[in-house]
Amino acid sequence: MPPIPALDLRALRKTYPNGVEALKGIDLRVEAGDLFALLGPNGAGKSTLIGILASLVNSTGGEARVFDVSVQHDRSRAMALLGVVPQEINLNQFERPFDICVNEAGFYGIPRQIARGRAEKYLTELRLWDKAFGPARNLSGGMKRRLMIARAMMNEPRVLILDEPTAGVDIEIRRAMWQFVQAINRGGVTVILTTHYLEEAENLCRNVAIIDHGRIIEHTSVRALLAKLDVETFVLDLAPPHAPPVLPHVEGMQLRRVDDDTLEVELPKGRDLNALFAALSAAGILVRSMRTKANRLEELFLRLTGSGAEVAA
Amino acid sequence: MTVREQWVAFLTLIRREMIRILRIWGQTLMPPAITMTLYFLIFGTLIGSRIGTIHGFTYMQYITPGLVMMSVIVNSYGNVTSSFFGAKFGRYVEEMLVSPMPPRVILAGYVGGAMLRGLMVGVIVLAISLFFTSLHVVSAWVTISSVVLTTAIFSLAGFINAMFARKFDDIALVPTFVLTPLTYLGGVFYSIDQLPEPWRAISHANPILYMVSAFRDGMLGIGDIALGPAYAVMLVLLIALGITAERLLHYGRGLRS
Repeated sequence: MPPIPALDLRALRKTYPNGVEALKGIDLRVEAGDLFALLGPNGAGKSTLIGILASLVNSTGGEARVFDVSVQHDRSRAMALLGVVPQEINLNQFERPFDICVNEAGFYGIPRQIARGRAEKYLTELRLWDKAFGPARNLSGGMKRRLMIARAMMNEPRVLILDEPTAGVDIEIRRAMWQFVQAINRGGVTVILTTHYLEEAENLCRNVAIIDHGRIIEHTSVRALLAKLDVETFVLDLAPPHAPPVLPHVEGMQLRRVDDDTLEVELPKGRDLNALFAALSAAGILVRSMRTKANRLEELFLRLTGSGAEVAA
Repeated sequence: MTVREQWVAFLTLIRREMIRILRIWGQTLMPPAITMTLYFLIFGTLIGSRIGTIHGFTYMQYITPGLVMMSVIVNSYGNVTSSFFGAKFGRYVEEMLVSPMPPRVILAGYVGGAMLRGLMVGVIVLAISLFFTSLHVVSAWVTISSVVLTTAIFSLAGFINAMFARKFDDIALVPTFVLTPLTYLGGVFYSIDQLPEPWRAISHANPILYMVSAFRDGMLGIGDIALGPAYAVMLVLLIALGITAERLLHYGRGLRS
């Protein structure tokens, strides 16, 4: 018998009353224990999809199942399995973080004594314990996001959904949040996240789906997706003198001037670089250092969503 | 959710509402105390002394049940509208909507919290009245049941108002243009026997008249409406508003898209 998936979406549709078709029949399966990224440009349908899972949006067709429990037909049981961290801050700013967490547990029917212990545990793990008893409105944006994660953990969900959890968060806190997410995933929690930072998906997630115009246009592992990249881009930092106005031609490569001291070269994956360096040396261009252009996934993402091509479902 | 889990969730909501009421006591408990003191002073003592008796009671004694009910109605209604609409406006209503709590538990928690504020204010106003008049209670059962039913009715009505409200103006309109006129014309300050026709007959369409009358009947043993019709109206309203509020929450009116 195949294992029960953490999330199973079948022909999921949403058409808003104004006629906008946000989801056009989504089929998606996320295995238990996965760390899964849902990517897509603005307006692609990500938030609608998460809204349906969180029961904040009513679907107009199809079904969403969490560990085989239907969100549409058995909402209460399905919600007990989920933790949701929304994109927008939705905290009661007048309450204390500790009370926010304890009350959240109460909404799941968790007795107060257990809830207090969990609140201390998750607020400490998310480095908020020293702020636990002041008003939530005094927290910074990054702290509020971490508080929302702590709140979502209060029912110790089997699936944690994070909608752009690190938006507007500085790199240090972002990395701390990644560590927390990886730790709870190692503990057995299935994590589904949407993000605009594709580097985040590349570094953090094992599997990925790309949604565009209400349809899944790609669903595969991050590794397999990156393997689809048939070109690589390198950034070359030059030593003086500056790059000449006319760059040498190298067969099968595209050399671009970024500025006086930087060049970019795009070449087929696996191609050797000897010809490139020979041509640069001949032109009197000295390369001081070389690096892979960051965010390879971004490149692929733009190619997939920009073309609108349906690669795979 | 099991019944026990639902009970925990209900108590969580009640506790949160109580903390809110006590944290902002200057906005929730103090204003009705000051307003009603002024009512007792001006209408009861200064003007009331020139009015004489109504059904054998001094004007101060006569209006005390009415003023208690007026405070209870306004505060029950106001508590749930501001609290639930605040949760909608600040989007933290989503904490409850994404939880396994059934709509009836959310409704019961908010209505219960609003009822507690209404009853707390009622007790405060009753305590203030003791500085101006003596307390009469002819029937404790009628007094308590009528005030509890009234506070439940207006908590539910306030909840429905908050469900439909999209901006703060929407929760101020009904209290200003509907609730206040109905309360003032609901026999708080006078007996409808004193009204000429057709106003006396028209007054029977005002549901607040039935509540004030029942409460006054419990305290003083006199009322404009017999207890039977008064309880019938209150129970019908309670059931109708309860079903409406639960259905609106179930379908997520203004909450789920």
